[in-house]
Amino acid sequence: MSPRFREGLRAGVPYGFAGALLAISFGVLARDVGMPAWAAILFSLLVFAGSAQFAALSVLGGGGGAAAAVIAVALMNSRFLPIATAFGPSLPGGPFRRAAQSQAVVDVSLIVARNPDGSFDRDLLLGSTAAQWVGWQTGTVAGALGGALIGDPEALGLDAMFPAFFLFLLIAELRRGRVASGVAAAGALIAFALVPVAPPGVPILAASLAALWGLRERKAAPA
Amino acid sequence: MSTATALWVIGAAAVVTVLIKGIGPFALGGKPLSPRFEAVIALLAPALLAALVVTQVLADQDRWVLGADTAGVAVAGVLFWRGTPMLVGVAVAALVAGGLRAVAG
Repeated sequence: MSPRFREGLRAGVPYGFAGALLAISFGVLARDVGMPAWAAILFSLLVFAGSAQFAALSVLGGGGGAAAAVIAVALMNSRFLPIATAFGPSLPGGPFRRAAQSQAVVDVSLIVARNPDGSFDRDLLLGSTAAQWVGWQTGTVAGALGGALIGDPEALGLDAMFPAFFLFLLIAELRRGRVASGVAAAGALIAFALVPVAPPGVPILAASLAALWGLRERKAAPA
Repeated sequence: MSTATALWVIGAAAVVTVLIKGIGPFALGGKPLSPRFEAVIALLAPALLAALVVTQVLADQDRWVLGADTAGVAVAGVLFWRGTPMLVGVAVAALVAGGLRAVAG
């Protein structure tokens, strides 16, 4: 275990803990919409994407078909197209190895796996995601098998935890300067405006277009 | 839900997610970045974090909604802005959201 991996592991623990609580909700909700416990657990093992898994449940629970649920997952995860692409040049190995390692990319990777020079560290990425992966799987098992005993985490306000994490990280980004703040404002406006007219996930993907402001930069140090 | 439906959804969702995350790094890597590409990458974090916050606290599916979680995260935002540590603010967000729901019954 490299020091950077261990550092990533430590950085990932708070997100892993919050993810575990959220995953309990996922397990409970999956059972509510008629998914067997083993399927809920398999879902988390193979897909490992909170918002996308919730989106699939909401389609299935609303009477939508399997194809519609998969489309919901694809749209919700579409933001990982630009996010994972950003990691490409920082990952070692050939195309297949890079694509395999990029499976570890999650939302907070953009922050916790970042080097001071703006590139990304592979071991920080793997370590921080490992901590979150353990939390997500543990929570799913607990929710799917013991949900009735645990109760509804949403009543405890635990759904506010991840947006609060994101807000903390966002505020740190805003302090990087006026360019970052302007791009954040543009991203927020794009997402907000698209909410009523685009399916869930698309507003977030579209907001990433605000980062194209960086094309105006002449030098490597933006923000 | 039938076993077949569950397996179909999970299998297809897994494949789609692997492709979404893998295609960029598959195509791109092994050579130094242009400064402009680096600048765009650096700005992805603020753009996406802002969008994630907005869609999670101001919307439910395709509707704009204000809820107990909106209030909780807003309080946390004020605390963060004033320098409160991450975990304290996150706990406050959950407490405010849960507390409001308890009061509202």
